[in-house]
Amino acid sequence: MEEYNISSTLVMKSSVFRGITRALPLVMGYVPIGFAYGVLAKQAGLSVFNAVAMSVLVYAGSAQLIGLGLFAAAAPPLSIVAMTFVVNLRHMLFSAAMSPYLKRWRKSELAIFAYELTDETFAIHSVGFPDGVPSKAEVIAVNVTAQLSWLCGSWLGAVVGGLIKDVRPLALDYTLPAMFIALLVMQIKVRVEIIVATLTGVLAVVLTLMGLGRWSVILATLTGATLGVIFGQISTRREGGEA
Amino acid sequence: MIDQQVVLLTMIGMGVVTFLPRLLPLWLFSSRDLPPLVVSWLRYVPVAVLAAMLLPSLVMPEGQIDVSPGNLFLWAAIPVFLVAWRTRNLFAPVIVGMVLVAGIRLLV
Repeated sequence: MEEYNISSTLVMKSSVFRGITRALPLVMGYVPIGFAYGVLAKQAGLSVFNAVAMSVLVYAGSAQLIGLGLFAAAAPPLSIVAMTFVVNLRHMLFSAAMSPYLKRWRKSELAIFAYELTDETFAIHSVGFPDGVPSKAEVIAVNVTAQLSWLCGSWLGAVVGGLIKDVRPLALDYTLPAMFIALLVMQIKVRVEIIVATLTGVLAVVLTLMGLGRWSVILATLTGATLGVIFGQISTRREGGEA
Repeated sequence: MIDQQVVLLTMIGMGVVTFLPRLLPLWLFSSRDLPPLVVSWLRYVPVAVLAAMLLPSLVMPEGQIDVSPGNLFLWAAIPVFLVAWRTRNLFAPVIVGMVLVAGIRLLV
């Protein structure tokens, strides 16, 4: 019995370790961007406590940066909340897309997972989950590592904000775009997905140019995924005879 | 001076409206079997949403389309893409991208 406990602790430990390792590219992006957020939060007039509290409570990069602008402009609290809702509505798509993989999870475990579901953690999980969902410990370790690095960055930025002004010389502002490119590439396994990615990307650019702003990502995604289903049906029907 | 108390309360509201869209679809959908068509639709969401977030940030970093040589993020994306395609891992493309962008900024 005791032996079993020891080995299960070891398994747990190694899953947590794997999760932390998998989150490392994300940490390289979150610390500097969290830092930049922290600096801006201080400039917007937030206390260090509130600067970090927003990273705990909201934990969504672009919404936090927009929120800072609105706080600094003394916008009414309700309008800030409404703006946050619109900016973060895309998470519904992430959450829905994760749901087929997490059928065995309890509601409370799903809540813990959902709390830390960001653009980046979603991207990492959506690459990994189709090949088999890792243990809960590993999945949660990815998410917790990510948020901790975001918190560290935010706190550092808010505390020593005045000292370092520019993260550009180290190209730390390119880590997240580079990671998204890699995750998109890893995501693509069949030809239909190349078409979907291209069309959705172009559509998002067009919609942004048309002034749809925050809605363009959501609208482009809804359209792109629908096109994917249609193209997928056509290509399976065409290959249907062979299969 | 902004009232830190009001800021904190507002942030709690921001947290709630951020958490609910993250949570509710998972709660509603993970406990039931969705129609195959919906499942296959959801399978395309990651590819679509990643492309929808990525391409505008590369092609129009400042809000309008910029394909000039000065758009470092766009041009660095090509080698990053190739490395990602070859290695199929996360670290190599990120490192290549950072080294390239930092190097070019240093030289230009």
